[in-house]
Amino acid sequence: MISIKGLHKQFDQLEVLKGIDLEVGKGKVVVVIGPSGSGKTTMLRCLNVLEIPTKGIISIEGHSLDFSKNVPKKSIALFRRLTGMVFQNYNLFPHKTALENVMEGPVVVKGMDKSKAREKAAALLQKVGLGDKMDYYPSQLSGGQQQRVGIARALAMEPEVMLFDEPTSALDPELVGEVLRVMKDLAQEGMTMIVVTHEMRFAREAADEVIFMDGGVVVERNKPEEIFTNPKEERTRKFLNMIQ
Amino acid sequence: MYLNSIFADPERTARLMDIAKTSLQPMLEGAIMNTIPLTIISFIVGIILAVLTALARISQGKVLRGIAGVYVSAIRGTPLLVQLFIIFYGLPNVGITLDPFISAVIGFSLSVGAYASEIIRAAILSIPKGQWEAGYSIGMTYAQALKRIILPQAARVSVPPLSNSFISLVKDTSLASLVLVTEMFRRAQEIASRNYEFLLVYTEAALIYWVICFFLSVLQQYMEKRLDRYV
Repeated sequence: MISIKGLHKQFDQLEVLKGIDLEVGKGKVVVVIGPSGSGKTTMLRCLNVLEIPTKGIISIEGHSLDFSKNVPKKSIALFRRLTGMVFQNYNLFPHKTALENVMEGPVVVKGMDKSKAREKAAALLQKVGLGDKMDYYPSQLSGGQQQRVGIARALAMEPEVMLFDEPTSALDPELVGEVLRVMKDLAQEGMTMIVVTHEMRFAREAADEVIFMDGGVVVERNKPEEIFTNPKEERTRKFLNMIQ
Repeated sequence: MYLNSIFADPERTARLMDIAKTSLQPMLEGAIMNTIPLTIISFIVGIILAVLTALARISQGKVLRGIAGVYVSAIRGTPLLVQLFIIFYGLPNVGITLDPFISAVIGFSLSVGAYASEIIRAAILSIPKGQWEAGYSIGMTYAQALKRIILPQAARVSVPPLSNSFISLVKDTSLASLVLVTEMFRRAQEIASRNYEFLLVYTEAALIYWVICFFLSVLQQYMEKRLDRYV
């Protein structure tokens, strides 16, 4: 289980997160929606500590960090292994092949034997449908393919939860489907996922719960069919009207 | 005038040809025994120093940043020749007497370290922040992300400007002649002071430098091509 308690994040004068409380059960898929600047990406980045929260407690499967105190760097690096992050711009390592991108974490961070890591990475690439592209460099792959390598790279660390930060926003429309398909498969396998996205169809089809954020707080959370057909809050309704 | 006087006088022509030939060997010896080793050793030590300095300058530690900043400023703000003189002629006054070659290695390494640190610092900063984050997101520490993700990419960016530094260094080693290193140009000076054929001997030295640097720029092009393959 993942729990966030009283999460605040302040950038200089700007308070981006104004106290987020959230629990995500194991194996659940949560889609986070909301207007730009609502803090959804910041919340995701706080979850794997790419942003250091100003205060609040984050715990993942019994490991927890309390940001009201000073958190040592070592704990942060260890905590990050619990989460897998998929970035909007993929952020693949351009000097490494698809296979090497996926192997990198297990070999360097976990100290896994190279041949074992290669086997594992190959299996993961197979799983995301890139079995025939293992020796390609990122620059030789399409956006959709790169993002699938990004998913495989995150999965290689066997995280407790996968975080997706607008994984299809940078893609050409015809490439969105292949990435969403991989994400749906993952959801069906019981992976815990928190997905920031504008893909409402994905939210409808794959999410257990949809969270609407605005102004640095969680405004509303509910089952997808409920939130899309019968939003309780005015702000949610306005937002949904604007995008649909 | 000079050319006229050469071709008008067959005896002088023969003498010049002879000097050109006999001076080639000691000059090449100086190049192989001193110029080239001095360049290579100073460059390697200098690059190590430069990476450390660059890392210090982008680090969070104020003291570390300060020390690195003063070092770069001092080296860039003073002439290389003066630095060499301080090391070789100055330090004996406080009881530190160094061999000419060692003095030159220290001077050139410090110089390369300061200038190249700026190149490497810029190269590291040119790698998108997302690359650090991708490394961190799979659990890497700062050191792991730096070594595995950032420096390999920064190295590729640094090759053209660092090749420039290397080629400059080849030529700068001629300054070592003034702290008594018998490198190529000192050999040239010795030869010319015996036969007074300054134009001939120094031109010959210049040509040898040119050949070395030409070879190096071909090597640079090759390296750039190799590193550019997939990015």
